[in-house]
Amino acid sequence: MAMDAGEIERLIHAALPDAKVTIEDLRGDGDHYAARVISAAFKGKTRVQQHQMVYDALKGRMGGTLHALALQTAVPEDA
Amino acid sequence: MATSESPALEKVRREVSGSDVVLFMKGTPVFPQCGFSSRVVQVLSHMGVKFKGIDVLQDPELRQGVKEFSNWPTIPQLYVKGEFVGGCDIVMEMFQSGELKALFDSKRVATAA
Repeated sequence: MAMDAGEIERLIHAALPDAKVTIEDLRGDGDHYAARVISAAFKGKTRVQQHQMVYDALKGRMGGTLHALALQTAVPEDA
Repeated sequence: MATSESPALEKVRREVSGSDVVLFMKGTPVFPQCGFSSRVVQVLSHMGVKFKGIDVLQDPELRQGVKEFSNWPTIPQLYVKGEFVGGCDIVMEMFQSGELKALFDSKRVATAA
């Protein structure tokens, strides 16, 4: 039950093409990641909605294949 | 066809409207079974907020139901006055920024000091 960081980034970019994605493998086990996602698409959304957009991008893997993804979302300053 | 809510969703709805602050978690507030659940318990305890902890590990139906209810894939999940606030990351961010205290104040939920 693990997932490659590049795969996470690819899925997020597929759904949010402008996103700036930073991923850190917290334990080096391919199963506990922290991601920071910055996208103009988050503008005007609540934090819950922003996180849901990222979870949707991961197409059901969150809570399944991907056990832990600490998530931080933000809107770019110039958006 | 008439749409009737599944028993699990009904149960979630009953729980979140039955108490001011409800935390769906893995394990109990005294013995959390997961680091993410444990962190949210610590924040609530630190703030002196009374909450009802519901152990989803005791009830697979509820575990699935609460994910559907909020369209949120993970546990823990915090609800205040029936409204979904977020999971561990959001609760921690809101705690650190002071937004969580502001939320409890605006919802008239007592916190210690």
